[in-house]
Formats: sequence, structure tokens, C-alpha cells
Amino acid sequence: MNTKYMNPYLAGVLLGLVLLLTIYLTGRGLGASGALKSVVVAGVQTASPNHLESSPFYREFAGAHEGSPLKQWLVFEVAGVLFGGFLSGVVSRRLTWVTEKGPRATTGLRMVMAVLGGALFGAGAQFARGCTSGAALSGMAVLSSGGFLTMIAIFGSGYLVAYFFRRLWI
Amino acid sequence: MGPFVPDIITNEMNLVVAFLLGIAFGAVLEQAGFSSSRRLAGLFYGYDFTVLRVFFTAAVTAMLGVIFLGYFGYLDTDIIYVNPMFLGPAIVGGAIMGVGFILGGYCPGTSIVAASIGKKDAIAFVSGGILGVFVFGELFPLYDGFYASGALGPIRVFDSLGMSQGVFVLLLILVAVGAFAATTWIEKRVNPESPARAWPRRAHALAGAGLVALGIVALFIPDRKTLLVDESRSAEFQRSHPIAMMTADELAFRIIDRDPRLVIVDVRTALDSTATILPGSVNIPPGALFGKQYAGLLGMRHEERVFVDRDGSAARNAAFLALRLGYDNVRVLEGGVAAVDSTILGFTPSHPPRSRDEADTFRFRTEAKPVLAQMIREYRARASAPPPAVKKISGGC
Repeated sequence: MNTKYMNPYLAGVLLGLVLLLTIYLTGRGLGASGALKSVVVAGVQTASPNHLESSPFYREFAGAHEGSPLKQWLVFEVAGVLFGGFLSGVVSRRLTWVTEKGPRATTGLRMVMAVLGGALFGAGAQFARGCTSGAALSGMAVLSSGGFLTMIAIFGSGYLVAYFFRRLWI
Repeated sequence: MGPFVPDIITNEMNLVVAFLLGIAFGAVLEQAGFSSSRRLAGLFYGYDFTVLRVFFTAAVTAMLGVIFLGYFGYLDTDIIYVNPMFLGPAIVGGAIMGVGFILGGYCPGTSIVAASIGKKDAIAFVSGGILGVFVFGELFPLYDGFYASGALGPIRVFDSLGMSQGVFVLLLILVAVGAFAATTWIEKRVNPESPARAWPRRAHALAGAGLVALGIVALFIPDRKTLLVDESRSAEFQRSHPIAMMTADELAFRIIDRDPRLVIVDVRTALDSTATILPGSVNIPPGALFGKQYAGLLGMRHEERVFVDRDGSAARNAAFLALRLGYDNVRVLEGGVAAVDSTILGFTPSHPPRSRDEADTFRFRTEAKPVLAQMIREYRARASAPPPAVKKISGGC
């Protein structure tokens, strides 16, 4: 697999410009975890509309987002991310079908941890009203206190627990 | 002036824009190597600081961009989305996400990118994310109080720290450049194959210096609004941009005549139920002149805008500000609404007319008084809503 990635500072400037363009055109920043929530809401709505009505969590979503849960800005953006990542993978010949993991971890362990990590991120992003893209990065761009605090909490907590899970990565 | 949603970019079109911006987002993330969980995790173990470099650079770039665009009037920074602070939830949520980062090796955005190129662990992560949101939703009643706690609104970080925007941005840039230098040093020692080894130091020093320079410039950018207001109130500006006053008589005549070219801008901020509201007037508090909300109304080419207030002083300032902002065909009601109240609505001739002109004026005022009073009553009955609050963009994750 081709691991010749772009210079990170250049990538950072480009990413910052994409974010700036987003704010300039639409008045809002980028995000990701909200799309996961949309998928969940859409799923619950299809499976059991009654359940949707009775839960304050889903009602709050419906209140803040008019229209179908999948016809939301973030869902379309994340669809774009999927496509854009794929395009980049094609161009840089990085398309693959592997489980990436540290040298001392087994595939099984890695996959279980991936699901668990994802679940924690999904839940945590609900409390923080966003993830590293939506709350931290976009929040920092508009100098929001919530954005900075969330970012510090994410990376601070990561550093605190990194040692205990080092077997996964090094 | 941005943002262009929802007037120029409709809400439907915005979805297409979202998709296109997402493509750019995903492509850049993948090019930066964020499609690799090992690379992402490297931040926490010291062998790969790509995340820090990209993240900090992107944040500073976008931050400076927003500041400069706002300063030059290209972006209405009053209505862009600023994510609100929920104190406890931000800390707890962030802490949970941090653990998720270590266990999972991704964050939601990067997991999508990695999944798109075929990383099975990323697909697992995304599935886990969906599961996590679902479980959160099911257990919601357990912590719904905490979830809504600590709501402090869209506060800005420099306010929370008690410093100016410029000082904070400069400090952040200094911290970023310092972090870049420090982490490059660490990375070279921890990881013999570190990509950082390949880079020329000169280029980095230059880039770092350039960034700090931008921060210093941002520090000295005065608040655009204060600048414009000060300029509009300077004697030379007012001398070179004289404003023709409008008498209460002329305004009353044009209101009754339903002059289509007349736009009445009422800049009063505290209108109570006894205040006279002129028919057809639009209440624009002076602060709203800077933004996009009334740009269409104020910029109409063939119309004449007359600024009114209670007695004339605030309207003058607002009118000069409008001129400074580039609007034209601006006039001020002499004596304000008080003049309309006294000379038209409360007209009682104190003496017989002393000339033909005065006779005409007295006759006009006598005839206008009931007509205008009626129009005012009708307008008040129709337009009883308070002025719309500035509509901010909603966002969020």
C-alpha cells in the first residue's frame, strides 16, 4: 500500500481552507457524528415510529431538524466524505481490504476494540454535541469555548489511557 | 457577503454544497493519511504526530480566515454557527471520546475516510458508532438532566479566558508553532522512520515565522464595526457626505401619497405601545446595519431611505453609518418622530397664517392630521410583531 502521504502542514492548510469555504458559503462548519445520529433516528423511525415518539432523545432530534432524518446537511456531507476518501484512495493507489492494527494485536482483538471504540465515540459525541470534526475542529475555527474544551477533553483523556492499551498499537 | 444560505444558496441546494464540500474534506483527510488507524494512534504514542500537525494547522488557517473575512466584510460573523458550551457534557463526552480514540483508532470523520478505502477496522468502528448512538438514546432518561446541564450558550474562548480575540489567536499560534517544533523533535527520537526526518528545517522556520506574523497582524485588527462607526462619525466624513434632511411635512405628504420610492428606516431600539409607528416603516436597530439581513432593503437603487428616530440624533448617526457602509440615497427626518407628532398629528394653529406658503402648510397639516392618524392606526393593527431577531445559522453535529 502506498503510504506516501501529503505533507501534513500542506494538508492542514488545505483542510483549513475547506473548512473556511464551508463556513463562508453555509455559515456552519464541518462534522461527522451527526450523520451517525441521523442513521440511528432513521432506523428507529422505520422500525418503530411509536418508540420514536416516546423517547425525548429522538424527539429532540426531530425538533431541531425538520424533514426526514436522512435528508440532513451532515448526511450529505458524510456521503461526500465517503466518496472523496475513495477518490483519493484510487488516485493514490491506497484501495485495500485489510484490518489495520498494531504489531502485537490480533485481528480479532482489533475488530472488537474498533467496535467498542466506535461505540464510545458515538455516545461521547452525543454529550459533547459533536466529535473531533464537528465540535473540536469547527469549534476552534470559530473560537468557541465548547470546541476548545471538547478538544482538550478528547486528547487529554486519550493520553491518560494510551499507556493501558499500548498493546493495540505498539 | 457570506454566508449565502438560505437566500442565495437555498436549503435544498445546501445539501448539494454539503456533498461537494464533503468530497473535498474526505479527499484531504485521506491524502493526509487519516485513513490509517495506526497513523492516527501514533499521536498518543509519540511515533507519528501527523494528527497534531494537520489539526492545529487546519484550525489556525480556518480561524485566521474567518477573522480576516469578517474584518473585510465578506463574512457576516454575527450569524455564523458557534457551537454552544455545555460544560459538564463537553468534558465527560470528550473524555469518553478520548478513550474511544485509543481503543478504536479513529474518530467518526476519519473512520468514514478509512472505510472508503477498504479498512475493515474502520467499518467496524462506524458500526460501533451507530450502536453507541443507539444505546445512548435508549439509556437517555438515565442522564437527561446531565445532558442538558451547564448550558452556557455559544460563548467564545477568548471571552472565557478574559482576553481579546487578537491576543488569544496570537498565543494559540505561538503554542502551535512551539508544539510543531517540540513534536518533530520527539518524533525523530522515537521513530527512526519518521516522515519528519525528510523535511528541510529552513522551510519550517520560515513557515513558522510567517504564521506568527499573521497572528500579529490579526492582533492589531480593530473590531471592524468600531472602525466603521468611528469613521462615520468623523467630522471630515460627515462634511464630505452631507445628508439632506427631510421635514415632517414632506414625510407626512409622501406617506399619505403612498410614495413607492420611500423607505422609512426606524432605528429606535425600545418601542413601547404608545410610540408612534410610521406606516410602512421598518424597524432596524443600528447594530443590524452591518449584517446581511437588511442589505437588500437598504441597497435598492431607486428608493430613498429616510432614517427616523425619536428626535433626530440617533437617526443622524445611523444614516452616516449607512453611508459609510456604502448605501446611498439616505436622508434623515428632521426632529424625528417627535416632529411628526407635534407638527402634524398634534397640529393646532396657534395663530392665523401669515403668508400664502404658511396658509398652504396649515391647510395641508389640517387635512393630513386625521388621514395620517388613521393610517398609523391601521398600520399598527397590521404590524404588531416585534422586529425579527437576527436569524443565526444553525449547525451542529
